[in-house]
Amino acid sequence: MPVLSIIVFLPLVGALLLWGIPMPPKAQRGVAFAFAIVTFLVSLQLWFGLDRTLHTFQFEEQRAWIPDFGISYHLGVDGISVLLILLTTLLSAIAILASFPAIKEKTRGYYAFMLVLETGMLGVFVSLDLFVFYVFWEAMLIPMYFLIGVWGGERRIYAAVKFFLYTMLGSLLMLVAIIFLAVAHRNETGTLTFDLMELYRTHLTTTQEVLLFSAYALAFAIKVPLFPFHTWLPDAHVEAPTAGSVILAGVLLKMGTYGYVRFCLPLFPHATAMAVPWIVTLSLIGIVYGALVAMVQPDLKKLVAYSSVSHLGFVMLGIFALNHQGMQGGLLQMLNHGLSTGALFLLVGMIYERRHTRLITNFGGLTKVMPLYAACFMIVTLSSIGLPGTNGFVGEFLVLLGAFGANKVWGVVGATGVILAAVYMLWMFQRVMFGKVTHEENEKLRDLSKLEFATLVPIIALIFWIGIYPKPFLDTMDASVRHVLDQAGAPVPAAAPMHTLGPGSPGDVLAEGGTE
Amino acid sequence: MPELSANWSAILPHLILCATASVVLLISAGRQGRAGGWALYLSAAGALAALIAAWMTPTGPAAFAGSVAVDGMARILNVLLAFSAFMTLLLTSGYAGRWEVESGEFYALILFATAGMMALAGGLDLVTIFVGLEVASVSQYILAAFRWREPRSIEASVKYLLLGAFASGFLLYGIALVFGATGSTNLHEIALSVSRGGITGSPLLLAGLGFLLVGLGFKISAVPFHMWTPDVYQGAPTVVTGFMAAGPKIAVMAALLRILGVGFESARPEWTVILWWLAVLTMVVGNVLALVQRDVKRLLAYSAIAHAGYLLVALVAGQELGGISILYYMAVYALTTLGSFGVVALVKNEDDGGTDLDAFAGLGFQRPWLGAAMAIFMFSLAGIPPTAGFVGKFYIFSGAIQSGHVVLAVIGVMASLVSVYYYLRVVVAMYMRPQAAGEPALAVTSPALGLALAISVAGILFLGVYPAPLYRIAQAAISTLPG
Repeated sequence: MPVLSIIVFLPLVGALLLWGIPMPPKAQRGVAFAFAIVTFLVSLQLWFGLDRTLHTFQFEEQRAWIPDFGISYHLGVDGISVLLILLTTLLSAIAILASFPAIKEKTRGYYAFMLVLETGMLGVFVSLDLFVFYVFWEAMLIPMYFLIGVWGGERRIYAAVKFFLYTMLGSLLMLVAIIFLAVAHRNETGTLTFDLMELYRTHLTTTQEVLLFSAYALAFAIKVPLFPFHTWLPDAHVEAPTAGSVILAGVLLKMGTYGYVRFCLPLFPHATAMAVPWIVTLSLIGIVYGALVAMVQPDLKKLVAYSSVSHLGFVMLGIFALNHQGMQGGLLQMLNHGLSTGALFLLVGMIYERRHTRLITNFGGLTKVMPLYAACFMIVTLSSIGLPGTNGFVGEFLVLLGAFGANKVWGVVGATGVILAAVYMLWMFQRVMFGKVTHEENEKLRDLSKLEFATLVPIIALIFWIGIYPKPFLDTMDASVRHVLDQAGAPVPAAAPMHTLGPGSPGDVLAEGGTE
Repeated sequence: MPELSANWSAILPHLILCATASVVLLISAGRQGRAGGWALYLSAAGALAALIAAWMTPTGPAAFAGSVAVDGMARILNVLLAFSAFMTLLLTSGYAGRWEVESGEFYALILFATAGMMALAGGLDLVTIFVGLEVASVSQYILAAFRWREPRSIEASVKYLLLGAFASGFLLYGIALVFGATGSTNLHEIALSVSRGGITGSPLLLAGLGFLLVGLGFKISAVPFHMWTPDVYQGAPTVVTGFMAAGPKIAVMAALLRILGVGFESARPEWTVILWWLAVLTMVVGNVLALVQRDVKRLLAYSAIAHAGYLLVALVAGQELGGISILYYMAVYALTTLGSFGVVALVKNEDDGGTDLDAFAGLGFQRPWLGAAMAIFMFSLAGIPPTAGFVGKFYIFSGAIQSGHVVLAVIGVMASLVSVYYYLRVVVAMYMRPQAAGEPALAVTSPALGLALAISVAGILFLGVYPAPLYRIAQAAISTLPG
């Protein structure tokens, strides 16, 4: 059974149904959620069916698509992509559920685009053919563009167009690089192909590698976003509707980092090695800069948006440490950021629905009015700053371990990011939640509804699961991580010492010292 | 010399078009020029019959003393041109009544123009090419003026006529010079002569080629010969604009492909340099100037200029893939352009800023199907997957990279990045701006027009998702092209 195709295209079927068959708004959202949740359930099969001892691609499907060009519809997943697919299907279902109270106009188009978006994102994570990858990568822009532009906030048109053009800039150069790589492969072997497995074996000159790496890296750097390519992100996040921000932060940004792991590192190992100092420097700048800018934001959503810049800097730092702990940490941190930032956007959206403002100064003392809301917010905040026991800790700890292993200075600068994260998040939490209720309007705010609570529960459960027992997640990606490092020409340790990391291991002391 | 022989079946599509046009003219002349729906449907049926005839024509050796190609490329081009005429006629339904262009001459001229374009696209002799071009052009001069009560329509026609005649002069002069240098107007004979003596040693031949490029460059509105395009496109009746943007571009590009790829193949290094710059200028200038347009017709005019630039990239790329990508791109471009002008043709008030972007505000939700169709056209023109426009661009830039023109490919994709912005402006207007108060700016869709738009959308999505069959057809067509 073509599981991957079913997972990828099930949401699209839902979208076509919504678009083609007129139905009342309540039925529309029901259909949308049903398709999203079924997709999630089907995708669970990957989690249970994956052979974690292999680094090879599994659940593979391959069918000729444009045979004259050596383009085939080639799908497959490894431990890395399975985790991202699960993140995508889960967050999409949650995002759709969270849209129920918020989206009241033009519901049909909204839910249809949400589902199309899910198909696009899933396609990116399963493609093993560069052409197929590019098609999904680009096609996904269209639904996101509409979601921001039609259902977004005040400056939505500006944000939507900026988002579209920024991403296009990178991806068009990547398209040239993709074709160039295929042609180089043809000149070497005689066959034209866009299949990733074949292209992995291409031999390039160093100049070619550097040029191609730059083109790919630019496309991914814009998506991540790596400093200084991040300027589209605050606009897009702030103007997007809540669910759009959840997906944008939760999944779309991961496509950039995933691109580095899947394409840049294995395809261009020499250029990667040469680029490490540059990319790590930009990541470190991003970590500190994002945190500092987040600190001074008066707007909750902007604060979370800039915190993403900082967090994704961590992910990049981990990946480009080019060692086992760093890469594992970076990949785990991708999941963590998707969960915690997704939840933060949900929480900000909930309070915005009630008060139609997101300015921190308009709040204060919410713990008394909305205790459940405050409790959830607290957990997510702690996860975001990486408190031990939550998922953020495991990821950041591994990233820092990897960074220290590669270069002490990187580790030191990276660690300041953890401290700064604690500063901006806790300071924000204090101003919003503690103290007296300073605004009359806030005194009668409703606490979380059942539906809202339901959107948060799975995320909170995962925050603790990964925080307390990360082994299943690390095991899932382990073989693939080793393989990617091997492809990138980095040393791979024989044993896997960091797996069993948990409370009580020597690392805790170190990280607590860095966090508090 | 090939023997003089008439192979009527080779020009059956042309004959069907001319015969239908004559019948329509004759009958409507008996009714003081007024034609009802029957004239439209008869003409459309004629175009459809020509399409089928073109598809059925078996390939063979060149007909009429080697002046009319009967190869696979001529076949696919004739099909495309007949298809463009058919779509244009469908789009005219409803439009014609609104604009009082509902006369037999209007439909007949579209058919005559198409027959001319077919001769142009299949011409293997510079004289055939010239005659075809003139038949097509003269018909279009009149078509541009068909809203003759509107000064702008007259302006468009006169501008087109004067500049077009000027370009024809260049072309004719070029033909004369080439004839003087090689002693023949037949492309194969020219090819022999060029490969024997080279081109750089013969100032006559060099000048002749230059004049040919100027004349044909004007017709496909390559920069710097594009000045007429925006004004003519804006002033002409919208359905005619769509036809002008699709048909002549296809036919003239085919002629360029034959003249350069067959006649002057051995001088490829020389003309590649010229076309490289023409392509860059056309893509960059077309896209950048489109950025500042508020009028959708002008915007699409500049976009048409830019798309000529992409086609020139494929011409520079050459090789098999260059030829295939030209055919593929032209098919996609015809579908998209005709569709998008078809939507614009629904604008009730074509003058005084009636085709301004504001006319489209709120269209996306007010008219969901029409809006979705227009959005798909825009995304296809911008080259975003999963539309056919993306596959077309992918082929063109692949061809450029394969033949070593990486810089040209990079300039091309950057130019198309610019184009994304203005295509998005149309989408922004349709979906993200509130609907303007007052009467809706767009007329109701007629069934024939709806059919034409549905064909366009279906074609764009099909070719975007499943491009292999058309690629194969184009490949087979190109392989019959000598040289």
